Amino acid sequence: MRTDPGTRGFLIAAAVLLAAGPFLPKWLSYIATISLGYALVVAGVVLLMRAGLVSFGQGLYFCLGGYAVGAAGKYWNLGDAFVLLAAAVAVSVAVAALLGLLLARYREIFFAMFTMAFSMILYGLLSKSQALGSTDGFNVSHATFLGYAPVALQGWLYAAAVVLSMAVAIALQRYLRSGMGYAGDAIRENEIRVEYLGISVYRVVYLKYLVAAGLGGLGGGLAALASGHVGPDMAYWTTSGEFVFVALLGGTQHIAAAFAASFLFELIKTYAFELSPYTWQMMLGVVLLAIILFLPSGLWSLVARGREALR
Amino acid sequence: MKGNKAMHIGLALGAVVAAAAAPVPAVAQDYKLGLVTFLSGGAAGPFGIPARNAGELIVDAINAGKVPAPYASKGIAGRTIQPVWVDEAGGPSKQVTEYRALVQKQGVDAVIGYISSGDCLALAPVTEELKKLTIFFDCGTPRVFEERPYTYLFRTGPTALMDSLGAARYILAQNPGVAKVNGINQNYAWGQDSWNDFIASLQKLKPGVQVGTSQMPKIFAGQYSAEISALQLQNAAFIHSSFWGGDMESFVQQGRARGLLDKQVAILTTGETAMFRIPEQIPEGTVIGGRGPYGVFAPDNALNKWFREQYFNRFNTWPTYPSYKMAQAILGLKAAAEKAMAKNPKPAEADVIAALEHLSFEAPSGTVKMAIGKGHQAVQEMVYGRFKLQGGKPAIVNVVRYPAECVNPPDGVTSEQWIKQGFPGAKCN
Repeated sequence: MRTDPGTRGFLIAAAVLLAAGPFLPKWLSYIATISLGYALVVAGVVLLMRAGLVSFGQGLYFCLGGYAVGAAGKYWNLGDAFVLLAAAVAVSVAVAALLGLLLARYREIFFAMFTMAFSMILYGLLSKSQALGSTDGFNVSHATFLGYAPVALQGWLYAAAVVLSMAVAIALQRYLRSGMGYAGDAIRENEIRVEYLGISVYRVVYLKYLVAAGLGGLGGGLAALASGHVGPDMAYWTTSGEFVFVALLGGTQHIAAAFAASFLFELIKTYAFELSPYTWQMMLGVVLLAIILFLPSGLWSLVARGREALR
Repeated sequence: MKGNKAMHIGLALGAVVAAAAAPVPAVAQDYKLGLVTFLSGGAAGPFGIPARNAGELIVDAINAGKVPAPYASKGIAGRTIQPVWVDEAGGPSKQVTEYRALVQKQGVDAVIGYISSGDCLALAPVTEELKKLTIFFDCGTPRVFEERPYTYLFRTGPTALMDSLGAARYILAQNPGVAKVNGINQNYAWGQDSWNDFIASLQKLKPGVQVGTSQMPKIFAGQYSAEISALQLQNAAFIHSSFWGGDMESFVQQGRARGLLDKQVAILTTGETAMFRIPEQIPEGTVIGGRGPYGVFAPDNALNKWFREQYFNRFNTWPTYPSYKMAQAILGLKAAAEKAMAKNPKPAEADVIAALEHLSFEAPSGTVKMAIGKGHQAVQEMVYGRFKLQGGKPAIVNVVRYPAECVNPPDGVTSEQWIKQGFPGAKCN
């Protein structure tokens, strides 16, 4: 099989990340794990953005994935990380299959507002449900890996996150280079033409919405396993807004941008918290504003520029 | 060319790792203390900043050796405290990240913090994983130590059960014939738990007490006309409310204007923070709590006098309950470290932990006993009283002090079980 440069890049990245894992300071490998989780959600946002759709409600699936992992451990004593993550994806995709029927009809601000509304409904429901800990949420029990319960859980989670997210990234990158992947870009440019080409726009959008939801669920599940806690704020609109922001920060040209931007965003936040506990919001804002001002098409434009220069 | 790209990525990653891995050098003798409270957002004003103020005050005084006895020695076991402040904003997942950075990156000796119960629940297992002495100073949910025991984690503030149970005991003492109560609480974990514990306790203490209506508006609603109408339709003796901060003040003002609070007596479990801010709005006889023996309910001892005076001189306002709870968390740590010095003049973390377990120590709020949660959870007395304007000045009358054993379950019994069983072992005199 011919490996394209994108796939090779991700394979190299996976190898480097896995090899570097044991040498990373623990707090950094934790941030890496969390940001891989977030990056998967962001990749879903990017997927929709390329089709011209801005979802302000990916927090819905992020939260569903997290709660699926938490609840499966809490009520059914499921502990295997891969089973839990599969459950997270299944729940998210099942809900998206229903909501997508409606949402795939809408575009632009209407799509954005509807997606946000659905995630806020989940937020409201969870805040009122006392069995699930209301606004306090609840803790997620420690995961096992194919029957093995590691003592150094964090390292295993990091490795699992790297392998899973890089595998997903490779699949996504290939999907974006496929006919159906490019259909998204075509829809963004001109829906009517796409219909004339004999492609059902509704079906393409619906499918992309499902994929984005699955990514959201997987990301939420990973984040829940890593942080050990889920709460309704995962579905709050500011969480969704952060995903959109990180997507813009990275740029939509390449799936790898989502991963880089997500890691950078978490890192900046941590340093801002540490360096200026009273004005971290301002510091974060200034840094992000600067990135947007100087790199309007996202971090990935640096890579694109670099390639131009090398050519 | 491809090699180039891979090399660039490798170099970039390497640079990040190298920059990040460089440890922050700490002066060996200093005691690096992570202090976490809300420095921004809605909870900063009423809780975070009063706690931060008290933290700065106590840390400075300890470092200068100016706290009255028994805390007159300098530092923690002789080591100067080097505080590291962190904002509690951002939610539980964010706080887990920040906690890891505090412990694994900044290398603090201990962490004191956390106001939000959600943050506390999320962090509890992480303290155990990272094996770092951590003290929760304010969050109230009883769930933390009732769900499982912890080795590295302590809470020097009492749980929220005693607010609800204390209120139930108090109104039964004030009005033994009470037949019906109403409630208005915010629809989130704190409001739901407060109301559930209150009504369950009340109905256990006096079977047959009816609930008129329990209103659950959402937090920060600010406007309660519909709820006030619903409350007015049910003529009950008392209205239980765990509203805090701006929500509580809005409710009192609107309820007063509509005549509700002249007919039904409000039980404001956090009313102490409002009594100096809007004294002329609060009807006389309103039942006021302060989450424990803090502020106006604090006992008359030398430590408290010193604390109030110092706090007022420095910040030009009186300390409220988050201030007291922050102060007692730091003093508890100091008390434990000093007790550990008897065995080991340079106590290690394990020595301090062993000393803090089951410790009783003095604070501006009186004696704090680490009595439950296998010696990791504090109990204190609970105080309620009724509001009165005395010569135009806000005051509390009919004060009743409930001993810690009267309003907190014995060790090993969860709050829920204890209420269900009818409070076995409660010692109220």
